[in-house]
Amino acid sequence: MSIKQLFKISSAGLIVNRSRSLLTILGIVIGVAAIIMVMALGKGAENLILKQIQGIGSKTIAVEPGAESRNMADFSSLFTDSLRERDLEAIRNKTNVPHMVSVTPVVMQSLAVSYDTESKRTNVLGVSEDMLPMFDITPEKGILIADEDVKGMSSVVVLGAEIKEKLFGFSDAVGEKVKIKDRSFRVIGVIGKKGQVGMLNVDELVAIPYTTAQKYLMGMNYFQEIIVQTDSEENVLGTVEDIKATLRESHDIDDPSKDDFQVHTQADAMEMVSSVMGALTALLVAVAAISLVVGGIGIMNIMIVSVTERTREIGLRKALGATNSNILSQFLLEAVILTIAGGVIGIIIGALLSLLASAVLSQTVSSGWSFSFPVSAAVVGVVVSSVIGVIFGLYPARQAAAKNPIEALRYE
Amino acid sequence: MALIEVERLEKHYGEGEERTDALCDISFKIDEGDFIAIMGPSGSGKSTLLHIMGFLDRPSSGIFRFEGKTIDEYSDDELAAIRNKKLGFIFQSFHLLPRTTVLENVKLPLVYSGIKESLWDEKARAAIEAVGLSHRISHDAVHLSGGEKQRVAIARSLVNDPKVVFADEPTGNLDSKSGQAVMEIIQDLNDKKGITVILITHETYTAEHAERIIRIKDGMIDNDSKVSNRHKASEFLK
Ligand SMILES: Nc1ncnc2c1ncn2[C@@H]1O[C@H](COP(=O)(O)OP(=O)(O)OP(=O)(O)O)[C@@H](O)[C@H]1O
Ligand SMILES: [Mg+2]
Repeated sequence: MSIKQLFKISSAGLIVNRSRSLLTILGIVIGVAAIIMVMALGKGAENLILKQIQGIGSKTIAVEPGAESRNMADFSSLFTDSLRERDLEAIRNKTNVPHMVSVTPVVMQSLAVSYDTESKRTNVLGVSEDMLPMFDITPEKGILIADEDVKGMSSVVVLGAEIKEKLFGFSDAVGEKVKIKDRSFRVIGVIGKKGQVGMLNVDELVAIPYTTAQKYLMGMNYFQEIIVQTDSEENVLGTVEDIKATLRESHDIDDPSKDDFQVHTQADAMEMVSSVMGALTALLVAVAAISLVVGGIGIMNIMIVSVTERTREIGLRKALGATNSNILSQFLLEAVILTIAGGVIGIIIGALLSLLASAVLSQTVSSGWSFSFPVSAAVVGVVVSSVIGVIFGLYPARQAAAKNPIEALRYE
Repeated sequence: MALIEVERLEKHYGEGEERTDALCDISFKIDEGDFIAIMGPSGSGKSTLLHIMGFLDRPSSGIFRFEGKTIDEYSDDELAAIRNKKLGFIFQSFHLLPRTTVLENVKLPLVYSGIKESLWDEKARAAIEAVGLSHRISHDAVHLSGGEKQRVAIARSLVNDPKVVFADEPTGNLDSKSGQAVMEIIQDLNDKKGITVILITHETYTAEHAERIIRIKDGMIDNDSKVSNRHKASEFLK
C-alpha cells in the first residue's frame, strides 16, 4: 500500500468524524499557539531592547559606578557614588585614554518641568556639551548646551519635541523660561522629532548642564554614568582596558576584583539581553509545552475510543486482506495527521495572535516594537506535534493492529 | 490435491463449565470449482467453520489445509494476501463501511491488493455491474435496501477475482425475490467463472442450488451428499 493510499484511508477516517477530530486537536492547537506566541513576543521584546542598545552606537562605552553584581540579590552596585569629577577628568585625558573622542557624565532624576500653567514630570538629564552631538542630536531651533554652560553652571535647558509641545503647544519656546524644582531655566534649543535613540527617548528630552543639575537640582557630587565614545569600533576593546586602568589608578585599586565601577560595551549589553531573554523564553516555552503533552494524551484517549468503536471496520479490513502493519499505519497516520493539523492550525492562530499583540504593543509600549514570526518555532511546532502524534498514537494503533478479525467482526 | 482439506477439525470456546464445543471431528475435502452448501440449525457451528476455512480463526485441534498448507505454515502477511486475492467473503450481516459509497466499499479489497490504483475504478465498476447495481454506484451504502447491500457485499467479494467465495447466509436477511436474485449471481460465479463457492444456509431450498450439501448438527457432520435435483435460480426468475 502506498503512502498516498494510506493517507487517503486515514484522512477519510478523520473526515467521517469531523467534529470529533476538531475537538481532539484543540489541545495541540492551544499548546502550539501558546509556544508560537511566547516565542514571537519574546523575540519582539528582545529585538526592541537590542535595537535600543544598537542605537547607542557600537563605538560607545558606558562606565557605571559600583562593583559587578555577583548575584541577583546584590543591589549594592545600584547605589554607589564612586564616579566623580576627577574620574571624568582622568578619562578625558588623552594620555590615559588615547582613542577617546568625546565623553559625557550623566546625572538623572525624575522632576516636574513647568511653564505657565502646564506641568510635566519627566527625567531631567544633566549632561556635558558632548552628550547630544554624541547621539547625533541637532537642534531644530536654537542651540545646544555649550562648554561655557557647563563650566558656568548656567540655567539653560534643551527640550525634546514632545515635551516642548506639551508645555508650549505650537508657540515658540526658545528664549522662554521653564521652571524645574523652583529654579528658572532658559530654553536655548528645541530638538526635532527623532524618537528613540538607544535608551534615550529624544522627544521627551530635558537636558541641562550636569554641573547645574548636580548643584541646584539633585544635590549630588557623583555621576550615574559616564559615556565614552571612541574613534573607531576596532578600538573599543582597547579603550575599555584603558578606562579600567585609568579608573583603577584614580581609585587606588590594585586588585581588579575590587573594582568599584563597571565598563560595558554595546556588545556586552546585547549579549546579556539575548541570554536573559533566551532563558525567559525557554522557561515559558517549557510551560506551554506541558499543554502539548496534555493535548497528546487527549489524542491518545480519543484514538483508543475510536479503535474500540471501529472494531468492526478493523475486522472487515483484515478479512479483506489488510495486514497488521496496514492497520497499524492507518491508525498511526490518523493520529499524526491530527497532531500535525493541530500544529499547523496552532501556528496560524499563534502567529495571528502575536501579530495582533505586536500591533497593540507597538501602540502602547514602544513604536520600536516589531512583529517577527518565529520560523524556527513554527518548524519545531510541526516536528514536535508530529512526534507527539507518533508517541501517543502508537498505543491505540497497536491495539487496532492486534485485533483478532473474528472478534472484530462479531463485535456489535 | 484438493483445494480445501478439513481433517478431524475441532473448535472449542471457553473453559470448564462454560466450554462450548462449536465443532467436533469435522472432516471433508473440497475441490476447485465445487459448489458446496453447508447446512445446519442456528448455533450448529456453520459460521465458526467458515471462519476457520477463511483463515480468520484458528482451529482448537485438527487440520485445515488450503492449497496444501495449514494456517501455521503461512506467515501473517501471506494469510492476509490469501484473504485478499484468493478468498472472497460475503458475511451474514453485510459488513459494509458506513458513510462510504458503494464504489468505495467495493474498492476496499483492491486497496490492499498491490494492484495499481489507476485500475481500481474499472475493476470495481465491473464487479458492481455484475451484480446489477451500476445505478447505485455513488450512493452511501447505509441507505441501500438489504438486497442491495448484499449485492454490494458480493461485488466486493468478487473484485479481486478470488478462487473461493464464502457466503454466510447471503439470503438470510432478504425476501424471497431478492434472495433469488442473489442466488442467481452466486450460481453464475460457479457456473460461468468456475469460482469455488461455499454457501452457508439453514434453508434446504437455498442449499439445493449447490452441487453438494454438508449438513452439520451440534458441531458434527450429520450428512454429506450430492444434490440430485439442483435448483437453477435463473430459471425460477423467469
Ligand atoms: N467467541 C465465541 N465465544 C464463545 N462461544 C462462541 C463464540 N463464537 C461462537 N460461539 C458459539 O459457538 C456455537 C456456534 O456458533 P456459530 O456462530 O458458528 O453458529 P451458526 O451455525 O453460524 O449459527 P447461526 O445460523 O445462528 O449463524 C454457538 O453455540 C455460539 O454460541
Ligand atoms: Mg452463523
